[in-house]
Amino acid sequence: MEGDIVQMGAYIGAGLACMGMGGAAVGVGNVAGNFLSGALRNPSAAAGQTATLFIGIAFAEALGIFSFLVALLLMFAV
Amino acid sequence: MSEAQGEGLVFHPMDQFIVKPLFGEGAVHWYTPTNAALWMAVSVVAIILLLVIGTRGRAVVPSRIQSVAELAYGFIHKMVEDVAGKDGLKFFPYIFTLFLFIVFSNFLGLLPKAFTPTSHIAVTAVLAMLVFVTVTVVGFVKNGAGFLSLFWVSSAPLPLRPVLALIEVISYFVRPVSHSIRLAGNMMAGHAVIKVFAAFAPLILMSGIGIAVTPLSILAITAMYGLEMLVAFIQAYVFTILTCVYLKDALHPHH
Repeated sequence: MEGDIVQMGAYIGAGLACMGMGGAAVGVGNVAGNFLSGALRNPSAAAGQTATLFIGIAFAEALGIFSFLVALLLMFAV
Repeated sequence: MSEAQGEGLVFHPMDQFIVKPLFGEGAVHWYTPTNAALWMAVSVVAIILLLVIGTRGRAVVPSRIQSVAELAYGFIHKMVEDVAGKDGLKFFPYIFTLFLFIVFSNFLGLLPKAFTPTSHIAVTAVLAMLVFVTVTVVGFVKNGAGFLSLFWVSSAPLPLRPVLALIEVISYFVRPVSHSIRLAGNMMAGHAVIKVFAAFAPLILMSGIGIAVTPLSILAITAMYGLEMLVAFIQAYVFTILTCVYLKDALHPHH
């Protein structure tokens, strides 16, 4: 019985960790949207900044990945 | 099908990531040839074939395979030069190897029945730890103790600097974690989504509702597959460009 409650808590926690996905989605969308609005103002400078765009997206995404990591730990390690 | 209905899905979407011995059943030891080892070997052989055949002719007007090899070489060469600087080009062979291995593993893993080595954290963690150790060693060899100025943000106001130093140290040591899990997580999630939709497709055999669900799920598989082609390349690109960024930090640690 006690183990069941612990497991239930772990599963609920893993589900709650999925909310981090929303944060990562907002962050990545923010980066890409701002890049696009900047790129449309000055298209000639846009090509040189795609590397920066991907680095920014990768860093924003990293925080979403940590919520995935928390979910994995709750599912398989706790 | 009757017992499958009780289980929910016909097969589990995570079954595709199980590391199995190639010959027979049984425990997996470090020397057992597994499907993971097979597909890693396939991608290495494919890379060797691309580069050896691509550079054999060395024609002025390149053949198709030569242009692919030259395109990949030029793409990564420019990336290393732009992001890490001219002195980062010493590490170009390593970064090019990383990129080709990841991009080939990702794309070959999209073949039906194939196994994606990069969907396993064990594989990507080795790649990311190698990058982390290399970058740290290079930083200390090139700059000595001056490498520690990476953590001391001299452009910030003095009272803030210890706080920033703590954050910088934490973010430095989190790098291999996010570096490896980004690649493995993206690969695993995409393939699992495809398999979830694939499990809906045979519903037409079971009940009337399947007539509506099956075409939708096949459409969804097609769309996800297209997206996965994009993700397979972008994740290899992101892994490589972050390696270049870390290398730049090691070569020029001053903010």
